Amino acid sequence: MIVEVGHYALILALALALLQFAIPFAGARLNDPALMRVARPTAISQFSFVALAYGALTYAHVVSDFSLVNVIENSHSLKPFIYKISGVWGNHEGSMLLWVLVLSLCGALIAIFSSAMPDKLRADALSVQGLLGAAFLLFILLTSNPFARVDQPPWEGRDLNPILQDPGLAIHPPLLYLGYVGFSIVFSFAAAALIGGRIDAAWARFARPWTLFAWVALTLGIAMGSYWAYYTLGWGGFWFWDPVENASLMPWIAGTALLHSAAVMEKREALKVWTIFLSILAFSLSLLGTFLVRSGVLTSVHAFASDPERGVFILGILVFFIGGALALFALRAGSLPVGGLFAPISREGALVVNNLLLSASCATVVIGTLYPLALEALTGEKISVGPPFFNTVLIPIALPLALLMPIGQMLAWKRGDLPAALARLRAAFAVGVLAAAALGARYGTPFLSIVSAGAAVYLIVGGLSDIAQRAAFRASSAGAVFTRLRGLALSAWGTSVSHAGMGLTLLGLAATGWGVENIVAMKPGDYYDVGPYKLGIEEISPRNGPNYSEIYAVMAVRSGGETIARIEPAKRFYQARKMQRSEAGVVTLGLGQVYAAIGESHEDGAIDARLYWKPFVTLIWIGALVMAFGGGLSLADRRLRIGVARRAQVAAMPEAAE
Amino acid sequence: MKWKPPSLSLSRFAGEGTLTISMVDEGLNLLALPRKRRRAGVGVVMVTAMALISSAHAVTPGEMLPDPAMEARARAITSELRCLVCQNQSVDDSDAALAKDLRVLVREKLKDGMSDAEVKDYVHSRYGDFVLLRPPLKLDTILLWTAPFLALLAGASAVWSASRRRRAAPVESTELTAQERARLAALGLPERQPRDSAE
Repeated sequence: MIVEVGHYALILALALALLQFAIPFAGARLNDPALMRVARPTAISQFSFVALAYGALTYAHVVSDFSLVNVIENSHSLKPFIYKISGVWGNHEGSMLLWVLVLSLCGALIAIFSSAMPDKLRADALSVQGLLGAAFLLFILLTSNPFARVDQPPWEGRDLNPILQDPGLAIHPPLLYLGYVGFSIVFSFAAAALIGGRIDAAWARFARPWTLFAWVALTLGIAMGSYWAYYTLGWGGFWFWDPVENASLMPWIAGTALLHSAAVMEKREALKVWTIFLSILAFSLSLLGTFLVRSGVLTSVHAFASDPERGVFILGILVFFIGGALALFALRAGSLPVGGLFAPISREGALVVNNLLLSASCATVVIGTLYPLALEALTGEKISVGPPFFNTVLIPIALPLALLMPIGQMLAWKRGDLPAALARLRAAFAVGVLAAAALGARYGTPFLSIVSAGAAVYLIVGGLSDIAQRAAFRASSAGAVFTRLRGLALSAWGTSVSHAGMGLTLLGLAATGWGVENIVAMKPGDYYDVGPYKLGIEEISPRNGPNYSEIYAVMAVRSGGETIARIEPAKRFYQARKMQRSEAGVVTLGLGQVYAAIGESHEDGAIDARLYWKPFVTLIWIGALVMAFGGGLSLADRRLRIGVARRAQVAAMPEAAE
Repeated sequence: MKWKPPSLSLSRFAGEGTLTISMVDEGLNLLALPRKRRRAGVGVVMVTAMALISSAHAVTPGEMLPDPAMEARARAITSELRCLVCQNQSVDDSDAALAKDLRVLVREKLKDGMSDAEVKDYVHSRYGDFVLLRPPLKLDTILLWTAPFLALLAGASAVWSASRRRRAAPVESTELTAQERARLAALGLPERQPRDSAE
């Protein structure tokens, strides 16, 4: 019964989404406030009904209702509770339902927090959001119904793919989707602005918090997924330039560019057309990612690729929304007024360069991901575009970007003073060079690691020195500095902290070049070198978990003869799916990690193992957390807080809130 | 519809010992599970039908060469070769039987005294472009390799032409306007105070 209620709620949600599209849109055209007012309640109730449907599916998973195909395929009565909940999105149908849930949540959020927005803009934005919701709800109901039943239920389910049975995977998809789909808000805003034909700084003020919100969620989601891959996949890789990963990286880069150009638009009324374009692009890339992942064009070994219905449907959605938005853009962009002017050497100029480099990176990732598909379709020739390609072409773009980031921060709006900005960065530059020299002396080659680490340290110090120098400027006492620090706008803190976070991540990435690997058949009792530590097996035993059995090794990590930590890498076997999965043993020592994974056992008692020492590796993810925290600081800025931007104030005194 | 238990079969896509579980049931066609560890990360896909059997041994100790320098060369070469039966996994990372064969082959060729380039050419000539994770530069891939630079060039020329158009327009003064002066005066601030821009 509950399952049917969920199914029915989903159909009602589709009806509401269609109303949410049609009525406010008509209202905006007819200038009828009563029709426009329909947008908010329908958006909120559409979300409620999708949430009800989602709740029903979750219920079916939790109680192991094996009359549902979705539950049979992805659950098992013995599966731990948390994975019964996360298993809901651990499959195609459920994850599409999560996608729609987040999409309708975004609509509800706009409805709730948009009191300050002009009525027409809100009505049009919610109408676009409704149309998006309707398209995806239709997709679920027609091609991917999670509520499909079977006549004769089996006694037991097939269990969730073991590799997904991990706490990391319980958090990663919802965060990722908040980011991915969060960009739909800015997309709807951009489409609404183009439909209404009015684009000004106030628009940027409404759009920016939502961009930040989506960007923060996407940053955390990507970091979470990458850390999950790192400790789950058994040899410590964390980014593989896999098309699926690229699918999330593309909107992230576009979103990063959008954050910066929206800042220019809000402050200076410049880059308006470009900002609108990026708003469309960020979500279009999310849609493209969904298409690539869901349609099966990339993962052709997967059986659902042979079901072209889904792929064609998503392609239709993709073409309709991206094509529609771009057509609207082409139609209206020419008539948009040119914005504020600025000298090439200025904050605006620096942000233009930032956008240029980010767009080039984004284009590279898009082309690198799609090129093999296009080439095979056109010529039948198969090529591989793998990590060596992406590393080769992106590093020359990323390093200059890192060098320019602090400089941009130091330049004033309108017209900046480059020598003065460079002078303020002298200390940061010196610290960077010293750090590169010190790390180079300590860890040696590769040269790229040394250069990148230097750039990273310069980025961290440079990012923070803007804040420090502003606080210390002509300050008489420590107390004055402290007062000044507290008085600085939170968004200024946000910029500095995020840039420093980027530096931390870069340092972590640079240090991967200094990692030590030891692949060895380990005999219990013998100790093996991994960087500054020694690892030895104390015990190898079997053990049973709730829905798996495993062989685990207790390894002692020694430093100078003392055991400082124990780790337990394991090899798990999941009965229901007859699948193996390794569980790495990881211990964090300082900022680095000792990482071990075990493989086949030999008759003489030895066991194949991969041992790693990864200096500074945790910085990769700590940096992402710091970046997201910086984004959160900006979001908390009173000036940017959702709903604070009052229309009247913005119109009368564009700079009053500064 | 009636649910039937999935049929089990050895996959021809995946490596030795890999189980592919597929279920075909009246329009419902769910999923093969190639043995693949990679596919990771940002895993919308994996959240689906994805399936990788993970186990922690790509290169095994038994395969490794006694000479560390030569072994390092072998690792460098195999990490740029695609495991042809996997998805986006290098020969160095893969557990598939074919990947193991290739690892052994590369090491044998190195022992025979071939240079890195000769070994790569040898593998390339046998398996074609698809085996190279770094696509070769040729007519078909020129657009791919030049894409970042073309993108930069296109962007830079767009910025340049926009700024030229802008220069043709009357230049806005960077001096303070009378209104801005009045506001400064009202706030009791001197005009030359360095701008505390809030970004």
